[in-house]
Order: sequence, then C-alpha cells, then structure tokens
Amino acid sequence: MAEHTRAGSRSLPRLLMSPAVLSLFLWMIVPLVMTIYFSVMRYNLMQPDQAGFVGLENYSYFLTDPDFWPSIWNTLLLLGSVVVITVVFGLAIALLINDPFPGQGLVRILLISPFFVMPTVNALMWKHMMMNPVYGWLAQVWTFFGLQPIDWLTDYPLLSIIIMVSWQWLPFACLIFMTALQSMDREQLEAAGMDGATYFQKLWYLYMPHMARSISVVIMIEVIFLLSVFAEIVTTTNGGPGNASTNLAFLIYKQALLNFDFGVASAGALLAVVLANIVAVFLIRMIGKNLD
Amino acid sequence: MQSSPNSKPTTLIIRTIAAWSVALLLFFPLLFLAVTAFKTEGQAIAVPSLWVFTPTLENFVEVQARSNYLHYVWNSVVTSVVSTILGLLIAAPAAYSMAFSPTKRTKDILMWMLSTKMMPAVGALAPIYVMAKTAGLLDTKFSLIVVFTMSNLPIMVWMLYSHFKDIPHEILEASRMDGAGLWDEFRYVLLPLGMGGLASTGLLCLVLAWNEAFWALNLGSANAGTLATLVASYSSPEGLFWAKLSAASLMAIAPIIVFGWFSQKQLVQGLTFGAVK
Repeated sequence: MAEHTRAGSRSLPRLLMSPAVLSLFLWMIVPLVMTIYFSVMRYNLMQPDQAGFVGLENYSYFLTDPDFWPSIWNTLLLLGSVVVITVVFGLAIALLINDPFPGQGLVRILLISPFFVMPTVNALMWKHMMMNPVYGWLAQVWTFFGLQPIDWLTDYPLLSIIIMVSWQWLPFACLIFMTALQSMDREQLEAAGMDGATYFQKLWYLYMPHMARSISVVIMIEVIFLLSVFAEIVTTTNGGPGNASTNLAFLIYKQALLNFDFGVASAGALLAVVLANIVAVFLIRMIGKNLD
Repeated sequence: MQSSPNSKPTTLIIRTIAAWSVALLLFFPLLFLAVTAFKTEGQAIAVPSLWVFTPTLENFVEVQARSNYLHYVWNSVVTSVVSTILGLLIAAPAAYSMAFSPTKRTKDILMWMLSTKMMPAVGALAPIYVMAKTAGLLDTKFSLIVVFTMSNLPIMVWMLYSHFKDIPHEILEASRMDGAGLWDEFRYVLLPLGMGGLASTGLLCLVLAWNEAFWALNLGSANAGTLATLVASYSSPEGLFWAKLSAASLMAIAPIIVFGWFSQKQLVQGLTFGAVK
C-alpha cells in the first residue's frame, strides 16, 4: 500500500493537471503565434494587395500613435481606481452586514445583484437612465438640489466609466469578503472582546490577517478583467471625447475594427500582453505572499 | 461584555439603517431599469420620473415580436452551463493536484495560466475568428462553449486552488492512512469540504459566461446568438427608446439575477464548510 502511494504521488498529480495545462497551452500558443505573425506583416483589410513583411513598422506605428500613452495612463487609472474603490467599500460593506440585523438576507441579495448584470446592459442603463444630462436620474437629483446637471459622459468620461465598472465589481468584492468573514474564528473575536480590544484593534489584528488572502484574490481577479475593460467604453463614450476614455483594449479595437488594420492591432495586442505582465510582476511582489 | 458593541440596540438600529441605505443605493439603478420596462416610451423619459403609472406589457410583447426571446435564452443557458461544467471538470483535478501535491513549479504554472487571460480579447479576435471560420464553427454554440470554457479556465483553476488550500491537509492524510483511494478521497473528503469552493467558482464562471458579450457578438449571430447579442441589437443610437431597451435588458438579465439570488444562499451556506477546524 505504501509503495503504491509513493509511486502514485509522482505521476498522478501530473496526470490530473494535464488536461488543464495542455488545453490552455493550445489556447494560448496558437493565437499568440498567429498574432506575432500578423504583427510583423502588413495586414490591412482595406489594402489587401499591399501584404508583406514589414518588420517592426506596426509596432513603431502603434507606439507613436498620439493616443498610445494616454491610453496606457487611462488603462492604469481605470484599473487602480476601481480596485481601490471596490476593495475599500467592499470590505466596509461586508463588515457592516456581517452581524445579524433585520432584513440581512434581503440586503445581501440587493447588494450583490449588480454583479449579475451584463456589462452591455450596465453601460446602456447608466448612459441613458442615470447619466443622461436631460432625462437621467442623476440630472434630476442635481436639479432637485438646485445644481446644474452634469453631462457625465462628455465632461467626465473616464470618471463615468470608473463609476459603471465599480458599480459592477463592488458586489463581487462584497460577495468574496462576506463569505470569507463567515469563517472568522468567533471564539478568538470574543476572547479579544473580553480582553478589552477596541473595534479597530480587532479590525487590524484579527480581521485583516484573516482577510488578506481574499483581498489578494479580489485584486488579482479584478486586475485581470479590468486591464481590458471594453464593453462599457464601446457602448457609452466610444473612447472619447478625443482620447479621454480610450484604454489600451479600445485602442486595439479601433485599429482592428475601425481602421481594419490587423497588423497594427496585433502589435498593440502584444504590447498589451507586455503591459499586463509588468502589472502582474508588481502584483506578485505586493500580494504574492498572501496567495500561498 | 461592554466591549461587544453589536449587542447595543442603538448600534443595531444604526447598523440596520446604514446597511439598508447602502443596499438600496446600489440597487437603485436596477430598480429604475425594471420600472422603466413597464412604462410607455413617453412615460419613460418624463421629468421628473414617474413612479405611479399604469404598467404596460407592450414593450415585452414588442421585444418578443422583433426577436425570438426563447431562442436567445436557450443559447445563453446551453453555452454558459455547458462551459461551466466542462471548465469545472478540467479545472478541479488540476487545482487538486496543485493544492495537495505542490512542486517548485506550481506557482509558475498558476501564474502562466493567469497570464493567458491577460491579452485583451480583441487582440485575439483575428486568430480565433480565422480558426473558427476555417473549422466551419462560426455562429455555433460549440465555438462559444469552447471560447467561454477556455477563457474562464484560468480563473477556475486559480479559485479552486485557493479554496482547496483551505482544506486541512491532516484530513486528507488521515483518510489516506485509513486506506481511502482517490475516488473515496474525492467523494468523502474533497467534495463535501470543497463544495463551497466548487459552488462559488461555478457560479462566478456561469455569470461570466452568461454576460460575455465580446465573443458572443463576434462569433455568434442568428443561430448561436446569446442574450448579450439580443441586448446589443437595442443599443444602436436610433433615438430614445428607453422603455423597449429596458424591457430587452430586463429580459436578458432577469434569469441570471434570479439564479444568482437563489444560489447566493447556497453559496453562503456552502462556504460555512470552510470554518471546519
């Protein structure tokens, strides 16, 4: 029996991992190779006769696009703002509703609902019914308080996108934090209470260490999705006005589907991968130890 | 005892009011959307917004008349459910072996898996589209299932890994000492203890697949179009048709929201397993 276990402990884990590893490898490598190939070719659907090898021309075209650096900045600003907003408010809300109160179940259900809404619906709803400067609900609230209604998508395009995306992801953070709080050690909390620990001491020394991993999980998953926010932008501001709400994903989309230039778009996609990996390295430095 | 502030009635009242205010504030846009779906187009853009009116179902009738709603629902259900089950079947064994038989390279493999999700979908559009077209799989549920499964797989492996790590090693070791085989270990230890993780991972990926719009729009249309494509057909800037847009949106999100409400209870119950010491 012991022999069997020892022999099995080496090959079995690999066997169990192979479907996931192999399928993901194919899923990654085939499009990646094709993207690398497209990125060094002239591949413009509007000029199909001018195909051929162009070296790094697509890259220099994409890098010198006046929208490139603003799009990097917008990508990071959008990412950072939404992560901070959702983690801070998500923790606050999860702590607020952790202990029983009348209607706790219903409050929980209302709170997590926005996460189940499609990004397209989310964007259309905010664009028309909330942020429309004439008929929108926010304009009515502003008017009620005697203020000049704001034309959100024109005057604060990136902030508007941040609001929409945060509204979507705050419930996700809440849900993860709420479930993590369920497994807090009650006896430890009571013991700390007996010893006269204040709420903030308990928060810092008991809750935060316990929550460290779920905070890391939330940040990690959000970073992956928020680096390429797309539906909200294409549905509402279309990257504008100007490049005010253009992020990297939208810039690539503009090259591929509006300029029909798949060569430049492919170069942009590979630059996006580089950016993502830089962000990932920073992330692992900061929160990697919590993921063990 | 005086240090347990939650037992004081005044703090309970404050907490209740605060929690309800936050919940209603965050839920308000959805409530507004749902109410607008039952208005006429004229009522929908009235300022100030109407809250008392005779509800009408004409928007829903019109959405159904323009497009066969049940066809889109069926496509959404099939693609999201099948891709979630398929993903769990592939991800769970991988997460299990990473959590309980870690090697030096386990973390690298996890990071590599996540990195496959980092390329913006639009960047992979040309290759995936060309491949789907070559294989004759454009506008089929099969191609959407494959894409949804693969794009959710890294998240699934990673979430399950993170959950499985919470299961105390001692329990598994004890069951192995007692001569439990791989199946017994899975059936009597991993499944009950990991249920919360499997449920929350499955739920998350079901929602992500249901709400996926980019691939659904680019790979599917008349035949395999999901509810995301239905909503997108109402997003064209053809004027302020708020009521019809709201009705279509409500029809698209209601199934997954109701599902989320029900499974959320299961989820929280399931996750109390994680408290096993």
